[in-house]
Amino acid sequence: MNIQVPKPQPGILMPKPVMDALLPMHVVVDTRGAITQTGPTFAKMAGQQEVLGRPMMDVFSIRRPSGIKTFDALMQNADQRLSLCLQQAEHLPFRGVILPLPDEGGAVLNLSFGLSFARAVADFSLTLSDFAATDQTIELLYLNEAKASTTRLSEHLTKRLQDANAVAHEQARTDVLTGLSNRRAMDDELEHLMSCRGQSFTLMHLDLDLFKQVNDTHGHAAGDAVLVEIGRILDYELRRNDFPARIGGDEFLIALRPAQSDAIVSRIAKRLIARIEEPIDLGEFTVQISASIGIASTSAYAKRPSVEQLMNDVDEALYEAKRNGRGRHSIFKPSAENAVAPLDDR
Amino acid sequence: MHGMINRAFQGFLVDTYGRDTWDEVRSVAQLRFPDFEAMLRYEDKVTLDCFKAATDVLHKHPNALLEDLGTFLITHEPYAPLKRLLRFGGSTLSEFILSLDELADRGRMAMPDIEMPEIEVTQGAEASFRIKAEWALPGVGPILLGALRAMADDYGALATLSLDGFDGARECIRIDVFDMAHSEGNAFVLGEMPA
Repeated sequence: MNIQVPKPQPGILMPKPVMDALLPMHVVVDTRGAITQTGPTFAKMAGQQEVLGRPMMDVFSIRRPSGIKTFDALMQNADQRLSLCLQQAEHLPFRGVILPLPDEGGAVLNLSFGLSFARAVADFSLTLSDFAATDQTIELLYLNEAKASTTRLSEHLTKRLQDANAVAHEQARTDVLTGLSNRRAMDDELEHLMSCRGQSFTLMHLDLDLFKQVNDTHGHAAGDAVLVEIGRILDYELRRNDFPARIGGDEFLIALRPAQSDAIVSRIAKRLIARIEEPIDLGEFTVQISASIGIASTSAYAKRPSVEQLMNDVDEALYEAKRNGRGRHSIFKPSAENAVAPLDDR
Repeated sequence: MHGMINRAFQGFLVDTYGRDTWDEVRSVAQLRFPDFEAMLRYEDKVTLDCFKAATDVLHKHPNALLEDLGTFLITHEPYAPLKRLLRFGGSTLSEFILSLDELADRGRMAMPDIEMPEIEVTQGAEASFRIKAEWALPGVGPILLGALRAMADDYGALATLSLDGFDGARECIRIDVFDMAHSEGNAFVLGEMPA
């Protein structure tokens, strides 16, 4: 049993402490393949006392290249990439390379973790100092953990997006016919406005007059065309900051932000009604409708009202307007004890 | 600003001061959604508005709030994976401090588009360090101060840390390590994948 010994080459022999620091997973064998020296990390894994002096072929199983059963056969494959494992830990394959040493020095085998690195460091309780300062395995471990964390986050996000998408259809926020916001969008907007302390706003409830007659006389297509026109009017007449929504058949809610004085609100209401009363050309015929508007402002109350309170009061104002005949508007006045002293341009 | 950073700030406020405080901050900052999403991006203005709102709502000095945030990121149990990733930087506190040079690259390895502070570490006397950090937003100094104090505890080292002025746009910290093994610290096992 003898291994081919290379001719002496220029180079250095490394003392064990240097080998340990540079190659902490090395194994030195003598010419017959018995283990004579191990690096500290390898010793930690295999057990220093248990492997020293033993034939390396009893300690390792060589997987690739296949069919290698003897030390001589292994040395025929010196310089090649090996896949091998400890016989006591067959689930953790190493990568390795073995090279003969000059002057009957035997051979040195160096090992690294292949793709089993994550399991290996866990099973053998390895620490940062078990790796050579130049070893990138630490970075692989770091990346492996970072990837696990970010993958979890991505999975959470994907799950939430799926859930959100499932309810999105039920939660559409746009009225398909007019392109205005719908009831749900208005509810959200009101909730948001109420939760912003110090954000005052005026709410207008607009109800079309004579709309039912258009539907009855000219059919639903004509009614829809009228609603589209109303949507266009609201979109055109209101400021960018205002928030109009179609909340039912011929009912609209408009939030003016911030709240406006009674004088300005009256002007806006009159202008909207005047525009709506203009004859609407539907091609073969024209129709004429009108609108009634109820109005309430958060700034009129001494104590900030709830959304329900405000909706009740704006509805009351709308009935008041309707009672006075079509094409009118009415502004809700809180009872004396809940009203602030009237001020212009509040 | 990366959602992860916004989300961390939200988590800090919710866990330290309660959901009500977060809702108030959200309201003051005019945030139109209940939670930040860690895997999305947000305008820097959103982050700044939230931070400003938090200092107003809590009546806290910005630096004090940022330092608490830094400590929170290291000591709060749900963020243990982050602390673990940082511990990969070195097996001792000094090694770790010197590895902060690589923090930005490390962060980008984990998340390519996250804003990481660019850090330069200089070693003065044997165990005395000066850190210069620059980030997308101001305030990285106090955050690092809180985080590094907590890391020193985690390593079981005795060290003093203080803000050390500015170097141009960079915020500086001075660290003096007196005893690397003052207490046991927390063990760091490489192969301990958090669940």
